[in-house]
Amino acid sequence: MMASSYNAKEEDGHHPGASNNGGAGVVKSKKPDNTAFKQQRLPAWQPILTAGTVLPAFFVIGLIFIPIGIGLYVTSNNIKEYEIDYTGADVNNACYNCAKNFSWNSTTPCLCSVPFTLEQPFESNVFMYYGLSNFYQNHRRYVKSRDDSQLNGDQSALKSPSKECEPYRTSEGQPIAPCGAIANSLFNDTLELYHIDSNGTRNAIPLVKKGIAWWTDKHVKFRNPGGNDNLTVAFQGTSKPVNWRKPVFEMDPSDPENNGFINEDFIVWMRTAALPTFRKLYRIIQKKSSTTPTLPSGKYVLEITYNYPVRSFDGRKRMILSTISWMGGKNPFLGIAYITVGSICFFLGVVLLIIHHKYDTRNSSADIPS
Amino acid sequence: MTIPKDIPEKWFPLVLSLKRKKQKGLNGTKSKKRWTEEERRVRANDREYNEKFQYASNCIMTSKYNIVTFLPVNLFEQFQEVANTYFLFLLILQLIPQISSLSWFTTIVPLALVLTITAVKDATDDYFRHKSDNQVNNRQSQVLIRGSLQNEKWMNVRVGDIVKLENKQFVAADLLLLSSSEPHGLCYIETAELDGETNMKVRQSVSVTSELGNQNNLASFDGEVVCEPPNNKLDRFCGTLYWRDKKYTLTNQNMLLRGCVLRNTEACYGLVIFAGPDTKLMQNSGRTKFKRTSIDRLMNTLVLWIFGFLVCMGVILAVGNAVWEREVGSLFQSYLPWDPPVDNFLFSAFLSFWSYVIILNTVVPISLYVSVEVIRLGHSYFINWDQDMFCSQCNTAAEARTTTLNEELGQVEYIFSDKTGTLTQNIMSFNKCSINGQTYGEGTDPLAPQPKRLDFTPFNPLADLDFCFYDDTLLESVKVGDAHTHKFFRLLSLCHTVMSEEKSEGELVYKAQSPDEGALVTAARNFGFVFRSRTPGTITTTEMGRPVTYTLLAILDFNNIRKRMSVIVRNPEGRIRLYCKGADTVLLERLHPCNQELMNVTSDHLNEYAADGLRTLALAYRDLSEDEWEAWSESHRYADKAVSCREERLAAAYEQIEQDMMLLGATAIEDKLQEGVPETIAVLSLANIKIWVLTGDKQETAVNIGYSCKMLTDDMTEVFIICGHTVQSVRQDLRRARERMIELSRARDGGKEEGMEGCFMGNGFREGQEGDGTGGREGGKQLQCPPPSSNLMDNISGEFALVINGHSLAHALEADMETEFVSTACACKAVICCRVTPLQKAQVVELIKKHKKAVTLAIGDGANDVSMIKSAHIGVGISGQEGIQAVLASDYSFSQFRFLQRLLLVHGRWSYLRMCSFLCYFFYKNFAFTMVHFWFGFFCGFSAQTVYDQYFITLYNIVYTSLPVLAMGIFDQDVPDQRSLEYPKLYEPGQLNLLFNKREFFICIAQGIYTSVVLFFVPCAVLSDATQSTGVPLADYQTFAVTTATALVIVVSVQIALDTGFWTVINHVFVWGSLGLFFSIMLALHSQTLFMIFPNQFHFVGSAQNTLLQPVVWLTIALATAICIVPVLAFRFLKVDLKPQLSDTVRYTQLVRQKKRKPVDRSEGGACRGLGSVSEGRLGARGGSRRSGYAFAHQEGFGELITSGKNMRLSSLALANFASRHSSGWIDTLRRKKPTHAHTTPSASGESSPAPSCVSGSVPPLSNSSSVLGGSQDTPIEEETGAAPAQNTQTVPALSTQTPPASEDAAPQGSAQAVDAGVLTPAAVRSRGGDSPGGWTITLGAVQEALFGWKARATASNSPRPPSVPMESSQIE
Repeated sequence: MMASSYNAKEEDGHHPGASNNGGAGVVKSKKPDNTAFKQQRLPAWQPILTAGTVLPAFFVIGLIFIPIGIGLYVTSNNIKEYEIDYTGADVNNACYNCAKNFSWNSTTPCLCSVPFTLEQPFESNVFMYYGLSNFYQNHRRYVKSRDDSQLNGDQSALKSPSKECEPYRTSEGQPIAPCGAIANSLFNDTLELYHIDSNGTRNAIPLVKKGIAWWTDKHVKFRNPGGNDNLTVAFQGTSKPVNWRKPVFEMDPSDPENNGFINEDFIVWMRTAALPTFRKLYRIIQKKSSTTPTLPSGKYVLEITYNYPVRSFDGRKRMILSTISWMGGKNPFLGIAYITVGSICFFLGVVLLIIHHKYDTRNSSADIPS
Repeated sequence: MTIPKDIPEKWFPLVLSLKRKKQKGLNGTKSKKRWTEEERRVRANDREYNEKFQYASNCIMTSKYNIVTFLPVNLFEQFQEVANTYFLFLLILQLIPQISSLSWFTTIVPLALVLTITAVKDATDDYFRHKSDNQVNNRQSQVLIRGSLQNEKWMNVRVGDIVKLENKQFVAADLLLLSSSEPHGLCYIETAELDGETNMKVRQSVSVTSELGNQNNLASFDGEVVCEPPNNKLDRFCGTLYWRDKKYTLTNQNMLLRGCVLRNTEACYGLVIFAGPDTKLMQNSGRTKFKRTSIDRLMNTLVLWIFGFLVCMGVILAVGNAVWEREVGSLFQSYLPWDPPVDNFLFSAFLSFWSYVIILNTVVPISLYVSVEVIRLGHSYFINWDQDMFCSQCNTAAEARTTTLNEELGQVEYIFSDKTGTLTQNIMSFNKCSINGQTYGEGTDPLAPQPKRLDFTPFNPLADLDFCFYDDTLLESVKVGDAHTHKFFRLLSLCHTVMSEEKSEGELVYKAQSPDEGALVTAARNFGFVFRSRTPGTITTTEMGRPVTYTLLAILDFNNIRKRMSVIVRNPEGRIRLYCKGADTVLLERLHPCNQELMNVTSDHLNEYAADGLRTLALAYRDLSEDEWEAWSESHRYADKAVSCREERLAAAYEQIEQDMMLLGATAIEDKLQEGVPETIAVLSLANIKIWVLTGDKQETAVNIGYSCKMLTDDMTEVFIICGHTVQSVRQDLRRARERMIELSRARDGGKEEGMEGCFMGNGFREGQEGDGTGGREGGKQLQCPPPSSNLMDNISGEFALVINGHSLAHALEADMETEFVSTACACKAVICCRVTPLQKAQVVELIKKHKKAVTLAIGDGANDVSMIKSAHIGVGISGQEGIQAVLASDYSFSQFRFLQRLLLVHGRWSYLRMCSFLCYFFYKNFAFTMVHFWFGFFCGFSAQTVYDQYFITLYNIVYTSLPVLAMGIFDQDVPDQRSLEYPKLYEPGQLNLLFNKREFFICIAQGIYTSVVLFFVPCAVLSDATQSTGVPLADYQTFAVTTATALVIVVSVQIALDTGFWTVINHVFVWGSLGLFFSIMLALHSQTLFMIFPNQFHFVGSAQNTLLQPVVWLTIALATAICIVPVLAFRFLKVDLKPQLSDTVRYTQLVRQKKRKPVDRSEGGACRGLGSVSEGRLGARGGSRRSGYAFAHQEGFGELITSGKNMRLSSLALANFASRHSSGWIDTLRRKKPTHAHTTPSASGESSPAPSCVSGSVPPLSNSSSVLGGSQDTPIEEETGAAPAQNTQTVPALSTQTPPASEDAAPQGSAQAVDAGVLTPAAVRSRGGDSPGGWTITLGAVQEALFGWKARATASNSPRPPSVPMESSQIE
């Protein structure tokens, strides 16, 4: 047998020697190689949708999804959440006046306070969010209106921001830092929370403002230009965003780790939301001791420094207090969806089983002893 | 719309290198050069004169590019394709900042990839073309320049040069033969490369120039040739030579064309007339039109629809944008002002439209066309690599010469086949002869034990070892020295135009014009009359070991009108004799009257031979006196010199001498069928493919071949022969044939009730007469009980055949009769067109293409099939005896007709299947991917914000999802190849175009849209308020993008996993690899490192890491996947479970069989043999049939096929028939069979008659339902028996008698049982032997069980099952 015309990867070597009978290298056989690949005989797994595989699959999916769903649902229900709309859209709202009289130029901040009562105590850490509605942070022009190089502390980008930032690229001949529509529209309401004792005293609840941004954002994506020594110097020659009251290096003068571009409120805002209604983490209320709840049930007052106008576009502003679990905040949808899908799968499994038994035509052929 | 224009040629640069002259060379040179050439003037040895005309040089350029022009030209060509231009357009749109919704690289990366792949491919092809061009152009030839021979490269040869050719050299250009080393200026050429004919041809120079002789004379030759301009007619040349004030007419006989090879001639000189691109070879090259598959056309339509859809979506979203900008956006301006040029919402909407066109363009991905090409290329390689299509005798593998047609191979409905060389081997073997009234060669009785092959070597050392002959009486007769026998073989050794080559003593090689001649000369050689060599004037033979040289006085050559040829020779003793051989009709008229008696005997023999399908020739001789010869020779010379009507005069001269001849005998030559032809035809017709034979042969030969390859059978109701010569008669014939068909089938329909009874009555009567079982089969055969028919045409199709003659066909093809002809011909099961011209072949193909909208395939091997091969959807060339012309024109080539079944049923079917699932999935995945943007539009102010990361958009189609679907498109198999051959019905979905059509497309699209809805709204609902476990919200855009993208990739991967039916290692690697690649690329792109380098390009830093760590995200993905896949799974399961396709069933049974593989039960063998004997018996009954002689009809293991077409249906192949949509066949057969065996038990037969009619009458759907599609084989039996009680209790008694063997004698008589079962379900039994899967192989036991069970249940009580049976079957249907 002449081996020259066969390649080395011959897999089932029992090809007939007759293929090149006696040619002995004179006439090279053009016979195609007898490899499993070329002959399309690769060993293969050939799954078939049979009752034996599909029906159990349905039941298994059902049996997995339903408990997960129940678990999720229960977990979600155990999460406490409290929401206050302080937009001031209607007359009864405490912030009605602030909302109505808002002007960009006013120097004196408008204050309003919303009292509320927590029926149930909030155990463990409580997260305080602000929520905006009808705010299109996901608009294409909005999303791209930023300069990540600048936010990353790049000096040249600081001085000449990307064109994407237009029309918030320069102001009064100076480059804006941080440039762009996102930064310009930074949420700047100040929210403060007071617990009202049974005897009527207002106790300010300590709000932690660090640890609210993604680690990667805080440590990788956002960096102040020129190191962190003196932000005023670093940002010299730049202008503050048009809507801002104070320049970026005065975001949190008390804490150099939270000032300038790496201010966490700013970072949180810069992470644009996916949908026009969204919430962003504002503060964290840390649990103090294991015995008392973080927020005991009772009366509270939310003090708002009303800076952020949303009425012009029918926006809504909310403050949300929430505890969390391993799966995050309150999320009844997921649990219900899982239960539903699981039940449907189970039901489908039963229906298919019935159909299969009643109408199956192949059963008999499969049972033919061969 | 965008398939590269000439992929096939690009992929096969080497093969076609010679063909593609015209593209550049011809068009380029010609259009550039000049005015259209009216006539060509060439003066020998005068380059200056000739240069005035700027004739093309002999340099050939088939390449398209050079290094400098490659890039611009190639890019220009590529951008001529609509898709590429479209993407370029998109790219430009993306560069406009106001519109750009995606980065430019999302388009440019795929576009560049596609362009590069194509460019590399083009460059490689062109490189090979350059190489082959150079090789050809640099060949050396000897040119006579200024009186001396100089070596020149071919490309430097000019028109008007005189070139010297030596033996075995290629002709460099189209030459006028001036002189040759042989006498009379003769030279021999082989034209295989030109027209594919392997036989040698003779060319002769004009007599004046042939005398020029040596090169000195030639150097001073200054004749001028005026001739026609370059054209592509290979067999025609018309010109005049002016020399020394005389005119000489030039014909094709004087020309040596480029591509020919000089043979048997020492040297010759020629004048270059046409060079390079003007040569006939080049003028003939090039594919006339580019073929496209129906899937291609459908795909293009769909792509256009998708474009429409895209525009619609764009418009909807633009309107949305207008509304949003007006209602919301204008108010939101304090935070998000409009871009500078935008000043109102309408303009914004306009821009938004284009932005959406950009991001939604991925519904028509650029990779579609490239992927399709890649898949087809893969399929083509599989065809090339297929060992089962390799012919070891001729060392040729199958070759897919076109890569664009593969999936159409799975949709063929009509096959047009040539006969000679395709169905037959074109190998002639000397089979029988009749010498002086004595016939020889009858010893070849196929049923008798193999006779001994004669051994000639002891008797004749020069004998050809391959020659087979079995009748030793003939050899004895030669040895004894019978004068007639000697004369007979002497004639055969002298009267021919064969050339011989004797390489060494005794090693003779004959080169014959036609294989018939070769066979005859070889026969003479073996019987001791060895033709050794010839010169123009002599023939040297060795007669019985004694060398004899005859003087050849004249050859009276063969032509189609004369149908005979003669030689006049003078033997060494000086006697002059004319030997003649020719068609019996012509020759017998020219015999001397004294031959009357011998003539009668010989005529009988001739008829016998013809009936056996042998090609016959009659042989005769005539002694001539010297005076007669002189006189005739004079008149012949005179005729030969005649200027006008030379042909006629010569014919008259020949006629004059070919008179009063003495009959010697006749020869019969067998035209051997190719291996496996009848089986292949049987399989193909079971696959519902209609086969038409188009042949140039005589009607008798064609019909005979039709019978021998089982296209025609004795059981056909009627074979219509249409041979009218006028329009009217043809029309009448056609009409009559149709009326007769309708009449006959109506008779059956009408006779379904009464006729059936009558038929069975007859059966009973016969039984009464014959009593025992021996007559049973005969009765069964004669009874032809009309099968029930729900559809007239279906029924007709099995029973009729049409034979039409060339001249009738000419009329039938006329516009007003076309439809009549088509409707008649298509109602026939077999159509044979004989005596057709090449053009008619093409016309017939075009006709079917036009009227039937069906995919046609033409298969042939000769130059005369080229037109047909080119006009059919798919052309297949047989690389066989007749050279390469057909192969060059074909799309696929292989060397045996029988490979066709594998090409169609295996490769074609798979290709179609793969292409369809590929397209379905491809559209699905792109819609699932893209439509998410559409939904997102409603939540992002219609701002054309993408849902995904731009890198994901870039890579989704080319990296993340391309390989798994490619792997599926290349490797998927639903059933193994043996199964597709076993169940030809598996081929049907392709013909009916079931797997990918508009409906399937919409289903895919709907599924894609559904998936996109789930993929958008589930994450949307979950994530809108979700937070991480650290309390940080998850509702940001980037998390959403990552979640959706991950879910999408997982869902489409699961979907491809569901779609893939054949998981090879490669599929695993690709599917898992793609998923892995997705995650690793995403993590890499979101990594800090990349962000540090390009902070402005990688906005998503950290997203993947953060997101994918959240359990909520994974729960979301799992939920979305489940919601997407569960309905698909349920739907598919229901489909497979309730309405299984045949392939599902085959697949399933395969699985079952794998699970419980058992040794094959030997008991089946007996039944099988029993069946075989049945058919043999039937053969015996037919013994008197006039088609007894074909040995191959009795090939081993082919017993059933010979018996009848109906029986054929129940062969192993027919199993699939059960599942057929149109297979009323099995019931017919069953019913027809039943009485056959029923009458073995006379008591039962009488009553049994009503049962079938009752069944058929009461449950008509059964007759044409595909009731057994998914069911076992016992289902049909159950149906038939079970339907009756369900419908009518009266039939119960009939029922029990209907299965008489089962109920009455089966149990006690084991052997009878076997026979009965064998007859009842021969298919089952056969298939069992044929290694078919378990579910389908019902064992004998199972059949009996079923029958018994039925009997028991039917008689005892109504078990719950019977009523459900008809219902089931209707559901299946």
